[in-house]
Amino acid sequence: MSTPHTEVESLATPEDEVSTNLVAQLKRVWQGDSGLLPILFGLAALVIFFEVRSSVFLSPENITNLFVQSTIFVLLGMAEIWLLLLGDIDLSLGYATGLGGAVAVILVSSNYRWPWYLALPLALVVTTACSALSAFIIIRFRLPSFIVTLAMFLGLEGVLLYVINAQGTGGSVSVQDNVLYNLVNGNLTPFATWTFVIIVAALLSVMMLRADGARRRSGLDGRPLWITVSKIVMLGVAGLLLILVFNANRSSFAHVVGMPFAIPIDLFVLAAGTFILTKTKAGRYIYAIGGNTEAARRAGVNVNRYRLLAFMFSGFTTGIAGLLYVSRLGGISTGIEGGTYVLYAVAAAVIGGASLYGGRGKMIHAVLGGLVIGTIANGMSLLNMNAATQYIATAFVLLAAVIVDSLARRGNTSAG
Amino acid sequence: MTSAPEPPSPVTSITGPTRVGGSGADAFDPEHLLSMRGIAKNFGAVQALRNVDIDIPVGEVTALIGDNGAGKSTLIKAISGIWAPSAGQIFWKGKEVHIHTPRTATDLGIATVYQDLALCDNLDIVQNMYLGMEETRFGLLDEIKMELATLKTLSDLSVTTVKSVRQLVGSLSGGQRQAVAVARAVMRESEMVILDEPTAALGVSQTAQVLELIRTLAAKGIAVIVISHNLTDVFSVADRIAVMHLGTMVSHGPIANYDTASAVELITTGESSRVPSTLSPAQ
Ligand SMILES: Nc1ncnc2c1ncn2[C@@H]1O[C@H](COP(=O)(O)OP(=O)(O)OP(=O)(O)O)[C@@H](O)[C@H]1O
Ligand SMILES: [Mg+2]
Repeated sequence: MSTPHTEVESLATPEDEVSTNLVAQLKRVWQGDSGLLPILFGLAALVIFFEVRSSVFLSPENITNLFVQSTIFVLLGMAEIWLLLLGDIDLSLGYATGLGGAVAVILVSSNYRWPWYLALPLALVVTTACSALSAFIIIRFRLPSFIVTLAMFLGLEGVLLYVINAQGTGGSVSVQDNVLYNLVNGNLTPFATWTFVIIVAALLSVMMLRADGARRRSGLDGRPLWITVSKIVMLGVAGLLLILVFNANRSSFAHVVGMPFAIPIDLFVLAAGTFILTKTKAGRYIYAIGGNTEAARRAGVNVNRYRLLAFMFSGFTTGIAGLLYVSRLGGISTGIEGGTYVLYAVAAAVIGGASLYGGRGKMIHAVLGGLVIGTIANGMSLLNMNAATQYIATAFVLLAAVIVDSLARRGNTSAG
Repeated sequence: MTSAPEPPSPVTSITGPTRVGGSGADAFDPEHLLSMRGIAKNFGAVQALRNVDIDIPVGEVTALIGDNGAGKSTLIKAISGIWAPSAGQIFWKGKEVHIHTPRTATDLGIATVYQDLALCDNLDIVQNMYLGMEETRFGLLDEIKMELATLKTLSDLSVTTVKSVRQLVGSLSGGQRQAVAVARAVMRESEMVILDEPTAALGVSQTAQVLELIRTLAAKGIAVIVISHNLTDVFSVADRIAVMHLGTMVSHGPIANYDTASAVELITTGESSRVPSTLSPAQ
C-alpha cells in the first residue's frame, strides 16, 4: 500500500472516489448477493396490477391457491437450474415429472396396492435414473444436452403413455392413497403454521447474524449490519403476512385453514439445493464447470462426475415435482403437457435470474421466477383473459428476462 | 511391457556456475527434480514436439523460450497433465511418472499458470484461488479460512490493486487476472511452478513484481519454469535457458552461455554460430 507504484493497475476511477460509501453499498445490494431486488420489484408490480384489476386477487383463498398453483413451476425451475448452472439444459423434465408421478399413482392404485412409503421413493428413484441416463449419454458420447434430452423428451412421453394405458383405466389413473393426495391438499394446523414459520424465520436470522459475526471476528469486512437487519425485518414481515394469509379461513362451506403441505416441501427443496450449491465442494464445482469447464478440469475437478451429480439432483427434484403434480390434479392422464411444463421450468429459472449461459443462478431464482409465472397465470384467469393472452404475456416476461440476462453478462465481462 | 525405468542420465553436464539467487547449492546436481526424455506430441498430422529432452533443477529459474508455435505451451502441458505425450518418458525426482491428469501433477507438487489463465469469470477471487483444493470444515467449505489465506497471499505478493477478494474475476483487469493466476499457483506449496508468459499482460510495475516473485520462489528452493517472449525479462530473472524451435529443443544451458543476440538467433533460426550446441541436434 505504501509503495505508490502499485496503484498503476488500480481499478479505482475518479467517480468511485467521489461516490459515497452508501451509494456503493446500495449498488452492491442491487447487483450483489441481494440481486433479487429486480425480480422482487417485478413480482410486486404484478401483484399490484392484478389487485387493482381484480379485488379477489389478494384474498387469502386466492393467494394460497396461487402458491399451490406455482409449486409445479417452482420445483421444475429448481430442477432445471442445476443444469442451467452447468451450461446444460434438460428438455425432458416435463415428461420425467409426469412419469415420476405416474409411477407413484399406479403403484399405490388398486392394481398394485403398494404402500406409499415404497411407492413415493421409487418414483424419485425413477426420475433420478432418467436424468442419470441422459447425463451418461451426454458425457459418454460427448453430445449436446439439448439433443440428448430432446430424444429423452420423446422417449419418456412414449413410456408415459404406455405405462398409463397399460393400466386399462381409460388413459388416466386417479390417486388412491391419502398420503399422496395430501401432499398438496393437506394443510398444517394453524398452530403448526405459526410454529413452522417462526422456526424458519428464526433459523435464517440466526444463520445470517452468525455468518456476519464470524466474518467480523476474523477481521474480514462483513456486510453492513443494517443490510442484515433490514433483511431480517423483511423476513419477519413476510412470515407474518404468510401466517395471516394461510391461517384465514378460505372456504365458504367448511373451515379450511393452515399452510398447505406444498409450501414446506418447496422450502425444503430450496434449502437443500441452496445448501449444496453454496456450502459444498460439489456446488462450487458445478458453478466452476458452468463458468469455465476447462479451468475446472485443469484445477483437478472431475468434470464428468459433477455433471452427472447435477443431473441426478435435477432428476430427484423433478420427481418431487411429479409427486406434487399428481397430488394436485388428483391423478395422472395421458393428456399431460410435458412440453409446456419444461418450457415453463426454463422460463421460471431464467425469469428469476439464472443465466442460460451457465455459471450464474441460485435456487431462489427458480422460486421467484415460478411465482411470477404462477402469478401471471392466476391473475389473468381471474381477469377472465384467455389462454392466448396468458401465453403472450408470459412470452414478454421471458423475453425481458433473457435480455436482462444477456445485458448483465456483457456488463460482467467488459470490465477488463 | 517396458523394462523397469531407470533414472535418466543427465543430458548435458551442467557446467558453469549457477547464478546467485539459486539455492546456492553446488553447480552439478544429478538429482534433477524433473527430467524429460524423447518427448513427442502429435496433433493429427502436426508434430508439435519432437524428441525433446530437458532437465529442470531445483531452486533455479529455467526460461523456456522460442518463437510462436515452437511448442513451449505444448511441452509444459505435458508436464502439468493436460495431455499425455505421444512418446517419451517423464522422470520426477529420478522416478518415472505418468502424468495423465492435472490432479496427478498437482499431487506431485507441480503448479501451473497457463497462458490463457484458466480462471472462472463467474467465481470470485477466493473461489478461483482455491478451486480444486477448497478448505473445508466438517465437510463444508470454510470460506473465512480461504478468504484470510487469499488476503495473505495477495499481500505477500504485493498485489494491492484489487478492491475486494470477493470480486468476480470476470470484472478484473488483465493484469489483476494474471496476478490472481500467479498467486493461485504460488499459494499451494509446490515444488515446481510453471508460468506460461506470466508477464505478457502486465504493466511495468507489476511485471517487476512478478519477476521479483519468481526469484523469491527460486530462492525458496522451488524449481521454476518460465515461458517468456521478453528477453529482457528472461535475462534478468533466469538461471538457465532452454530454446525451442519448431518442436525441438535446440539448445539449453546456463544463462551465462547466452547473450541476447545468440538467443534471438536460436529462437529464429534454431541455431547459433556463437553458442556451441549443447544438444545433439535433431537430425
Ligand atoms: N490442441 C491442439 N491441436 C492441434 N494443434 C495444436 C494444439 N495445440 C498446439 N498445437 C500446435 O502445436 C504447435 C505448438 O504450439 P504451442 O502452443 O505449444 O506453441 P508455443 O510455443 O506455446 O507458442 P506461443 O509463443 O505462441 O504461445 C503449433 O503449431 C500449434 O498450432
Ligand atoms: Mg504458448
